[in-house]
Amino acid sequence: MATTLDIDDAAPAVAPTAQRRSIAALLPSPSPKLIVGLCLGGIIVLWAIIGPFLVGNPNAISTLAFAPPGTHGHLLGTTQTGQDVWSQIAWGTRGSLIIGFAVGVIATVLSGLFGIVAAYVGGAVDDGVALFVNVVLVIPGLPLTIVIGNYVPVSARGIFLIAVVLAVTSWAGSARVLRAVTLSIRNRDYVAASRVSGEKAWRILVIEILPNLIPVMASQFVFAVIFAILGEAGLSFLGLGASNSFTLGTILFQAYNDLALTQGAWWWFVPPGLVIALFGCALSLINFSIDEIINPKLRNSTRSQRKKWGLTPAQIKQLEAENAK
Amino acid sequence: MRFYLQKIGFYVVALWAALTLNFLIPRLMPGNPVDILIAKMGAAGQPVTPGTRKALSIALGQGGGGNWLQQYGEYLANLAHGNLGVSIVDFPESVTTVIGQALPWTIALIGLSTIISFVLGIGLGMFAGWRRGSWLDNLIPVTTMFQAVPYFWLALILVLVLTRVFPIFPFAGGYDVNSGLMPGFSLQFIGSAIYYGFLPALTIVLSSIGGWMLGMRNMMVATLSEDYIVTAEAKGLKPSRIRLTYAARNAVLPSLSGFAISLGFVVAGSIVTEQVFSYPGIGQLLWTSVSNDDYALMQGIFLVISLSVLAANLIVDLLYGLIDPRTRARA
Amino acid sequence: MSTATPVTDAPPARHLTDPVVTIDDFSVDYLGAVTTHAVKNVSLTLGRGEILGLAGESGCGKSTLAYGITRLLKPPALITSGSATFHSREGWSADLSTLSGEELRQFRWDKISMVFQGAMNSLNPVISIQAQLEDVFTTHRPELSRAERVQRCGDLLERVGVDRARLKSFPHELSGGMRQRVMIAMAMALDPQVMIMDEPTTALDVVVQREILDEITRLRAELGFAVIFITHDLPLLLEISDRIAVMKAGEIVELGGAYELYTNTQNDYTKRLLASFPSLTGARGDFIRTGVSDDRLDETVQHENDEEATA
Repeated sequence: MATTLDIDDAAPAVAPTAQRRSIAALLPSPSPKLIVGLCLGGIIVLWAIIGPFLVGNPNAISTLAFAPPGTHGHLLGTTQTGQDVWSQIAWGTRGSLIIGFAVGVIATVLSGLFGIVAAYVGGAVDDGVALFVNVVLVIPGLPLTIVIGNYVPVSARGIFLIAVVLAVTSWAGSARVLRAVTLSIRNRDYVAASRVSGEKAWRILVIEILPNLIPVMASQFVFAVIFAILGEAGLSFLGLGASNSFTLGTILFQAYNDLALTQGAWWWFVPPGLVIALFGCALSLINFSIDEIINPKLRNSTRSQRKKWGLTPAQIKQLEAENAK
Repeated sequence: MRFYLQKIGFYVVALWAALTLNFLIPRLMPGNPVDILIAKMGAAGQPVTPGTRKALSIALGQGGGGNWLQQYGEYLANLAHGNLGVSIVDFPESVTTVIGQALPWTIALIGLSTIISFVLGIGLGMFAGWRRGSWLDNLIPVTTMFQAVPYFWLALILVLVLTRVFPIFPFAGGYDVNSGLMPGFSLQFIGSAIYYGFLPALTIVLSSIGGWMLGMRNMMVATLSEDYIVTAEAKGLKPSRIRLTYAARNAVLPSLSGFAISLGFVVAGSIVTEQVFSYPGIGQLLWTSVSNDDYALMQGIFLVISLSVLAANLIVDLLYGLIDPRTRARA
Repeated sequence: MSTATPVTDAPPARHLTDPVVTIDDFSVDYLGAVTTHAVKNVSLTLGRGEILGLAGESGCGKSTLAYGITRLLKPPALITSGSATFHSREGWSADLSTLSGEELRQFRWDKISMVFQGAMNSLNPVISIQAQLEDVFTTHRPELSRAERVQRCGDLLERVGVDRARLKSFPHELSGGMRQRVMIAMAMALDPQVMIMDEPTTALDVVVQREILDEITRLRAELGFAVIFITHDLPLLLEISDRIAVMKAGEIVELGGAYELYTNTQNDYTKRLLASFPSLTGARGDFIRTGVSDDRLDETVQHENDEEATA
């Protein structure tokens, strides 16, 4: 259902199916979802970076236990040992985000290695790696993490170890997705053309295949970050988290164990989870927009899109009537 | 036929991998579990005799001496007999018994919640994708927000709101222990179990429904632009038939394979949920075993969880083969 | 071309005396940032039992027209003017643009059915052929028993030359030609009065194409339905159609009997279209019978002749 062609005029120049997309085409189009996501995420990241420099000492105890928000300059109240929740949240956000992004990077690299390279090489290597990935996928991650985590003595548990453990248990899902996408790209004509013309394998990978994978990889990266932050929170909540740092999970752990729930000290355990939820929400919104790049069919026929067409009310009504099933 | 054989073959390999992993972990980790345990017992003032060490070694599967390969063989033989060792937490109950008591609770809670969440999510996603631009469509970002919420934090909030602020539900336990009800298939017991299980189930459903909805909706939108949908419309078929047999049946396929992957993560989330609600399931048991360094029990639980996840994955894979005849052809 | 039955007398003007579909001043727009007029004020009649060919290059709006009259267009497409009327052999008429909801659904396939292009993706990949054929009967003929339905589905397949045992197969297990035959069988299921075929043989090789076309002509002779045959392949239409309409940029530029179009082309565009199909005999670039030659090709021939002369 293309545009009509006026045979007398010159045929409009049709852009050849570009395997190298311009940068502009790679970026998501600015929709309200994307803008909200970026702003929210940006604020939280900014706070994670500069917040700890601005707040007081999160470890400083005082006698003002379980003080509700607002007392004595404690914006979010205090903990059981009189520590300032607001400061803790700032440091905790930084800790969680560091783990989140570290895991995101490691998991993406691992999944890229196993997913993309193996799929490109093909043959027995691909089959073997696929089997390996599938096996890793079915073995449940968190129980494994818990069992491993428990064997490691408390003193050795730092942020880095947690990040590594989380990354190792989460890369398999991404790898499977990337492998599927790589396989479909690999079979396309322009890749075959490059191969036939004798381009080196690594050049084909980097120049022809990788640019098409970027939206998918970005989406997987975002998922990995969300998963890592949630996973770290879960681990810490079980007492297996980083022992001498502040993360949102360790704060929740403290809150639960120091009976914040029974004391009704909602200001202690609600904010950490809220920060995680908001950040996760921001990342999800960003992922939505990336989705629309990957799957162009999602772009049209949303209400906001239709508003741009400037239809008369009668036409809108007719459109809705036609669309009703 | 080949398809089914291939699938089962894969799961046998995965099973072997899980078993071997379970065997290797304690041997690869720093420290000797027996030593750690003895140190703990000593610190707690419990009597430690030479016999204790020997008994513990046997209980933890290291008794036979000999090299790893021999121990591996012993380990597999023990497994074949259903012998997972002795639990320290519930000494001298065998690990198998202890797990057997907790497992049904988890399967009932997690199993049901996950299935409800999946079915609801897919159903809502189907309707959301069928009528694009409707209000249901706008609900998607909201439910997706719930995806990013940590299970247990949501649980904590729900506990706060629904057990303290509005005391509707109980906040701990699997059933009403105080009323003297015994576990069994009596209507009262089941009723009590459902009452107690409602909050944990609600947590799980709320935090995972968003993902299914989104995935299904996206796939519906993609599927609705396919040619066979136009054919179906031109044939004058009823909209419900088009929606179900032509659109949804094709659209649900990726979600189904995603479901299999997610089972592993659902188990993870449940561990924490059970901890918050003191629900007497496998998650709670794992937690207890971890805090008490009950290695035999820990390994046993890990094994059981792995087996369940593998079994569930196998079922989903076979189901997928049933729904999509093309996968059977590719084998 | 030699197998075409030459029509010596003027064919009876069925489309005037006994029309089955009347399209009047039909227009379709594609809305968007820039509005595209895909179909512009098209008027057409289809006679009962005749084969009307709809020819034109890609993007001229022929498929849009077909989808438009059967109300299969999706947003952002919109019918902006005109109407399409169906005249049943029982004597009543229905305005297709006013039918909606349940009425439209019942009308579809029963009176007007369609055969789509590239049956690769036009069949539901996850259910069997039998299920897809039965669909039609369970929806439109619910009074049939199960046994009767299965029997009819088998009969339909055999009529198009596909073995009855194929009922249990899935679309991916059939070849392209077979799938297209299944589509035709499906379209005939309810004994429709009009069949709209949108490039039914474009995706097939020429041997299979010949078979399918023979089937269509044979079935039409047997059952008497009218056909709107949409394709870009004009010579094919010259063979099988009674009348041909040529479309360009959303408008009909020529409409007439097949033989007349062939021997006495009126419109320049049609002439150029005919000239684009090279002849097997005669000098290069000539379409001898109509005496039309393409200027552009002529220049190339001239240039090459010059080259040969100077070489």
